[in-house]
Amino acid sequence: MESSKVIHAIYTDDDVLMAAVKDVRTAKYHIDEVFTPFPVHGLDKAMGLAPTRLAITAFIYGCIGLTVATVMMNFIMIEDWPQDIGGKPSFSYLENLPAFVPIMFELTVFFAAHLMVITFYLRSKIWPFKDAENPDPRTTDDHFLMEISVNNDNEDAITELLKTTGAVEINLVDKAH
Amino acid sequence: MYTLSNKLRTFSFALIILGFIGVVYGFMSSHKSLDEVKTMLATEAAHHGGGSHEVAQATHEVDPHEGHGNAMSHGEDTHADAAHGETAHAEADAHEHHGDAHAEHVQHQLANRPWSALYVAAFFFMMISLGVLAFYAIQIAAQAGWSPVLFRVMEGITAYLLPGAIIVLLIAVASGTIGHYNLFVWMDPEVVADDKLIQGKSGWLNIGWFAVRGLVFIAGWSTYRYFSRKFSIAQDNADDNSNFKKNFRISAGFLVFFIYSESIMSWDWIMSVDPHWYSTLFGWYVFASMFVSGITVIALIAVYLKSKGYLELVNDSHIHDLAKFMFGISVFWTYLWFSQFMLIWYSNIPEEVTYFITRIEDYNLPFFGMVVLNFLFPLLILMNSDYKRVPWFVVMAGVVILFGHYIDIFNMIMPATVGDRWSVGIPEISSILLFAGLFIFVVFTALTKAPLHAKRNPLMKESEHFHY
Repeated sequence: MESSKVIHAIYTDDDVLMAAVKDVRTAKYHIDEVFTPFPVHGLDKAMGLAPTRLAITAFIYGCIGLTVATVMMNFIMIEDWPQDIGGKPSFSYLENLPAFVPIMFELTVFFAAHLMVITFYLRSKIWPFKDAENPDPRTTDDHFLMEISVNNDNEDAITELLKTTGAVEINLVDKAH
Repeated sequence: MYTLSNKLRTFSFALIILGFIGVVYGFMSSHKSLDEVKTMLATEAAHHGGGSHEVAQATHEVDPHEGHGNAMSHGEDTHADAAHGETAHAEADAHEHHGDAHAEHVQHQLANRPWSALYVAAFFFMMISLGVLAFYAIQIAAQAGWSPVLFRVMEGITAYLLPGAIIVLLIAVASGTIGHYNLFVWMDPEVVADDKLIQGKSGWLNIGWFAVRGLVFIAGWSTYRYFSRKFSIAQDNADDNSNFKKNFRISAGFLVFFIYSESIMSWDWIMSVDPHWYSTLFGWYVFASMFVSGITVIALIAVYLKSKGYLELVNDSHIHDLAKFMFGISVFWTYLWFSQFMLIWYSNIPEEVTYFITRIEDYNLPFFGMVVLNFLFPLLILMNSDYKRVPWFVVMAGVVILFGHYIDIFNMIMPATVGDRWSVGIPEISSILLFAGLFIFVVFTALTKAPLHAKRNPLMKESEHFHY
């Protein structure tokens, strides 16, 4: 297997990083990853990442939660054992609806929130005993790292380009697995 | 500078004239003699298959008396027996002379209709500009960075507050002085003479004190509006930020005054049409309604002015923010509507629950329909972030929200004044046209009085570049 090499360009300022991302994209090189210690506003747009669909999943999970609450209470309170509890009308779901609304609301929120968080964990591949994938510990504190995959032809060209973008450090890393 | 186009001026005058003719027609056609009412009822009874409807009417009329008797026995233990005896006697009387009493009751309801239609429409447009004034004061007191490009639009809308609020108060007082107590039964001395419950409240509910309170509120709101507008315009050509600071201080002060006066105003101008009924969160509920209507109108007028090329600095993100407020406050309104309804439905205490029983029985479609208009529709339309940036989506949602909140005010006033004799016809639609025309004329005239861009506001640069 051919060894795959990447270049790690390290920056110390998020504005410089943003400008560098734009330059690299203009030069039509592919940026594999960018590691930052905190969210950099607008970085996803500069990198051309597709927008997240997490909100859409949350809406669907909320609808599921609402359905669960409705089906559950309709079965328990109306169909299975319609008792007279304090004169509440348990003849149909609609007649006793106001009493069920707080639970319907809470379960909608519960499902939407929790299932969305779990979806986020799954899609981001994070869990308690996962090995950290940090290429350089400084990126958790005050450094920004851009990773660009290279082949033997364009290695020098990319290095030249990155030097002009204000990178404080440029390393060629062999990522052979 | 914005100039009022001739088209818009003619349009608003056409609305006013058309509305005025309809309102006059409503008043002319609503006064029926007792015989006419009896003939009408006889025809109706024949149509509805006679007896059952009459019986329903009779029980319906007795209901408040029963609740009333209960309430008194709770309040005054010593007089409880005597009072109850009186009520029972009155009921027997009512049954004996039921035919006449019922016809008189219906006659009064019919006469109330044009008054109520006028009052609902007047209040609806007044509350829009009051809601905008509160929103404006919040933006200034919170030093919001996104909204200064919209300040002049808000100031234009609040110009309607002074004439609008005076009209509402005039209609309310006139209904008890030149009218035949067509809106507020507590204004009728004959009703009060027989009603221990209203007698107990007459220290608060009497025409003189009612008018004074109303004038104090209007004076407070208008004074704030006058000075805030003055400082805002003075800031345009000032050398320092002293006007901005003054505006900040009076806005914070106004918000304190506003939340007290708005709460009391809602008891006076709306809740007292049902003087036997009370609810503690009513002030908040009315506030939510006026706040969301106000924000919606800011969005509609901003979209309109932008489409005419007058607000270049207002971008998608400003519309997006307004749409988020429309969405959020619609949900807040629903929360209060449901809280008020569910607490009363759940405990089902007779003297409280009559309020909702009359609404569910006689106003089923408007009562539940407005929840669809004010909650479900905005919830589904304005949830998507992309839709909130599309002007025609915001306009569509805004029109539905405004219609829904008109129905909301309709539901608060009509059941107490016209009861099951409601409908949406010439008196209601004409009143809306009349005040819509007046509102458009006053607001757009006020918009021509100052540049639409508030220069030298310290937060203006941030607002111009606002991006979400």
